[in-house]
Amino acid sequence: MEKQIHIEPVTRIEGHAKITVFLDDAGDVKDTQFHVTELRGFEKFCEGRTLWEMPGLTARICGICPVSHILASAKAADAILAVRIPKTAEMLRRMMNLGQYIQSHALSFFYLSAPDFLLGWDSDPALRNVVGLVQANPDLTRKGIRLRAFGQEVISRLGGKRVHPSWAVPGGVNAPLSKDDHQWFVENLPECKDTIRETLDLFKSSFDCEARGVLGEFSSMYMGLVAPGGKWEHYDGLIRIVDQDGSIVVDGHDPSRYYDIIQEASEPWTYLKFPHYVPMGYPGGMYRVGPLGRVNVCESFGTPEADAALEEFRATTSRCSGKVFDYHYTRLLEILASIERMELLLADERILDPHVRAEASINELEGVGIHEAPRGTLIHHYKVDENGIIEKANFIVSTGHNNLAMNMAVKQIAQKYIAKGNITEGILNRIEGGIRAYDPCLSCSVHAVGQMPIQVNIVDADGALQQTLTQE
Amino acid sequence: MDKITLTIDGQLLTASPGETLLTVATRNGIRIPTLCHLEGLTDVGACRLCIVEVIGQLVPACTTEAANEMVVKTRTEAIKKYRRQVLEMLFAEGNHVCSFCISNGGCELQDLACELEMHSVTVPYAYPRNRVDASHPWFLIDRDRCVLCGRCVRACGEVEGAHTWAFAERGHTARVITDLDVDWGDAESCTSCGKCVESCPTGAIALKGASNAEMRKDTDMVARLVERREHE
Repeated sequence: MEKQIHIEPVTRIEGHAKITVFLDDAGDVKDTQFHVTELRGFEKFCEGRTLWEMPGLTARICGICPVSHILASAKAADAILAVRIPKTAEMLRRMMNLGQYIQSHALSFFYLSAPDFLLGWDSDPALRNVVGLVQANPDLTRKGIRLRAFGQEVISRLGGKRVHPSWAVPGGVNAPLSKDDHQWFVENLPECKDTIRETLDLFKSSFDCEARGVLGEFSSMYMGLVAPGGKWEHYDGLIRIVDQDGSIVVDGHDPSRYYDIIQEASEPWTYLKFPHYVPMGYPGGMYRVGPLGRVNVCESFGTPEADAALEEFRATTSRCSGKVFDYHYTRLLEILASIERMELLLADERILDPHVRAEASINELEGVGIHEAPRGTLIHHYKVDENGIIEKANFIVSTGHNNLAMNMAVKQIAQKYIAKGNITEGILNRIEGGIRAYDPCLSCSVHAVGQMPIQVNIVDADGALQQTLTQE
Repeated sequence: MDKITLTIDGQLLTASPGETLLTVATRNGIRIPTLCHLEGLTDVGACRLCIVEVIGQLVPACTTEAANEMVVKTRTEAIKKYRRQVLEMLFAEGNHVCSFCISNGGCELQDLACELEMHSVTVPYAYPRNRVDASHPWFLIDRDRCVLCGRCVRACGEVEGAHTWAFAERGHTARVITDLDVDWGDAESCTSCGKCVESCPTGAIALKGASNAEMRKDTDMVARLVERREHE
């Protein structure tokens, strides 16, 4: 008899979701669905508001990655003001985005995902969390927590507060960097670098290529922004898409014309839309973004230690890794790259310049703001009237780009581990782990509110619910 | 009679004829919350946040003149309750969302909510549908954030003498308008002096270009101008 398994809620992710596993008569996996179950409607209620409010307003989409929305929004507004922001403002925005990378990636790795692979996929669920991690490896966990705190402190010192800092504004930022804060960053960066070196060493020594296959591997395209020379980029740059072998599919594409190559499809069983690469249609145009996407599209990081680590990573896999687990590996590489980029920014005296804001009125009626949020490419697209009132807003958020891939990951892991209706908690955790690797931010992705975590439902061939497994 | 003696909150105080209870209380360090009152402008008693008790009756302190042997209470439990109710209705009547407001951290309505310990709004929100008018080259009005205090109307008429701002309609559809209800950018009487911006207690009338929590008002501006004119 066919059955459905529902995992609800999915735990240790940011947002609310459930997974349905459809079993055939033999008890093997026929299909899976990853549902994002909440709707918010931010695009609609931005209409009628003023352009100048948009960074502060869209920051409220998320408490985890407000910085990402503030920056994308401010960039879209820069385009509508038709200004080139002061160099220092760009450097400071970059600085905050790097702080966001460090805090977000450290949160994903240490708090949400490391318990699975450092404590074991089948370990006691009651301790398979950051508390269990503290007990098992207090020193590393403490360092991981301090690493995240550093990222938060960067955001707080630049923007005045850790969550929803209303600091990036149309035309630049609203306050320059103080000498004291500059000094604090310089003094505290070395500890962060030591922590990420140690974490990378532990990670590399703990996992061989086989263990990295635990969350599956599949072919897809990858998308990200790259700087001139194909260098890793997080704030500006042009869109590049590569295929599973690393061959270039699209390069140098103007981000403000993203809609030429990306469109969104909808399904009735989830609120999260499915962006895809237009020429290959839906669902064939699947691509991945985020740490793995950025690392796969770039030639190099452009900083020495990160590039050495990148070379080591690439020696263990093909030019483009398709392993879901490698999201974790590349996340660590990006923390190292972020720290090195910060060092470069702080060494440039222009970062202390007080001119950080260009003033202008409405000079264009449409603007697109794109940058690389920790989870991937984030797009804000506004249309305004001549007075600067928003007539239309479109957001394509990082987690959305990975929707097709997350569904693919869930299906592959379910098919690998579930046989003849045999389902254990450890298997469910691996399925969730496939989602967690992408570090989805579901509250952002459906622009959702409410309680976090997943559920797995098992439904038979007649559509009757057989079993529900939840984790709190 | 040259001097009046009265009691406010048990204190025996003196006042000059014609002085309001608010003036007397403020001079003697007794805090009475206000919203539609602005130094330099005529008081109208519109918002009712300054209500005080005089012989069992609730009256606005800003428009009630001190009288001999008057006994005034400014802080009974009943007064606190009524003030909070008034404030809740002001919040429910508009679309006040502090989190992304340009005046967050510099808003008299927000300050009053803290002062009067308004932890939640217990009356249903009206969710009116308003349009932001950003047609003026420098300023904008967001009627979602307007509390109809009329400070803009009085500053424009009494101090600038332009009479651009006025009230239209009544009850829950009442709103402030420019000229004969044209867009602000088309209001020919407006001198773009900005007194309405500085007088507005919330983020309703504001400078264009101000982002989240950036708007700060110079609410003493009108009083300064009026005082200097009197000395001329």
